[in-house]
Amino acid sequence: MCEDILNLSAMQLDALREVGNIGAGNAATALSQIINHKIDMTVPRVAILPLGDVPDVVGGAEVMVAGVYLKVYGLAPGSILFLLPYDSAFYLVDMLMGRKHGETKTLSAMDESALMEIGNILAGSYLNALCHFTHMTLLPSIPALAVDMAGALLSVMLIQLGQVGDHALVIETEFSTESSGVKGHFFLVPDPGSLGTILTAIGVRS
Amino acid sequence: MAELIKVGMADYKVGSSPDTLISYGLGSCVGIALFDPIAKVGGLSHIMLPDSSSARLVENPAKFADSAIPLMLNDILRLGGNKTRLWAKIAGGAQMFTFANTMEIMRIGDRNTDAVISILRELNIPLLGRDTGGNYGRTVELKLDIGIFRVKTIAKGEKDL
Repeated sequence: MCEDILNLSAMQLDALREVGNIGAGNAATALSQIINHKIDMTVPRVAILPLGDVPDVVGGAEVMVAGVYLKVYGLAPGSILFLLPYDSAFYLVDMLMGRKHGETKTLSAMDESALMEIGNILAGSYLNALCHFTHMTLLPSIPALAVDMAGALLSVMLIQLGQVGDHALVIETEFSTESSGVKGHFFLVPDPGSLGTILTAIGVRS
Repeated sequence: MAELIKVGMADYKVGSSPDTLISYGLGSCVGIALFDPIAKVGGLSHIMLPDSSSARLVENPAKFADSAIPLMLNDILRLGGNKTRLWAKIAGGAQMFTFANTMEIMRIGDRNTDAVISILRELNIPLLGRDTGGNYGRTVELKLDIGIFRVKTIAKGEKDL
């Protein structure tokens, strides 16, 4: 159950990485079509980290970011968090709203809606790919947006994991556009009970 | 040399003048500073959850308000602090994301704050300042030389409690 994540085999971790790869690949394609830019993505990182170390993945707890948060509903519930460094969020809004690069300085309500919609589309396409792969139905909640310190936003996910253990299983991918300097981190964090369900669905349950 | 001692999530640290204890990026978590102004010793705790009794296993007592605060108190007394002189100041307990139908887990900030206040009351430690709630993150630091508890935010600037 909860602390099972410390006993995952290399093969299971590889399988989870492949899940992340398929999901993130689909999400990157969707994002690329919306903003009409080529998107590069890293090979997903599957990490089992002490809860307090998770903010280091994005450069520390105090880094200022925009974050779109969604719950995942279905057989394997979890959380999705799409984090953009502050300036990346502005550049992305520039592209979405047809402004010049660097024109956005603060986020209007409309800009925030646009970012939430991006989170929505990314999460939807990520989960869609996962559904096909695992034959489970996974649905995203409506998105919520916050602009603040990375640690504060990540803690929302980490607190839920903290109720059952001291480690987080994090499937993380970094997106970036070559030309416009937009970077983002996409986190999928399965709820504690979901890991076994996912491993069974992809046929690597020990 | 004054040192800057970092306190991570689900951790606590104690120290003495002229060091500073700091914890970055608290959201729904709560930062609890305890300080003895005469001995100039104190501690800073960064708790994630209110109550260890509902947890399935407690590997890390510093994660929960009810287990972290008494442990930190003991460490402060061991450093020469006097319980009758200690004060407490707290910050955090925000709700970072707002959903239309707020789930129970989303109210964790308020539950953390309530738990911390009731534990301080049980321990008879006066709560001299608080900056809790809202929807924004906070970085907190306890300056052990002058006993200032500083709360820094992106949205609302910084203030000393």
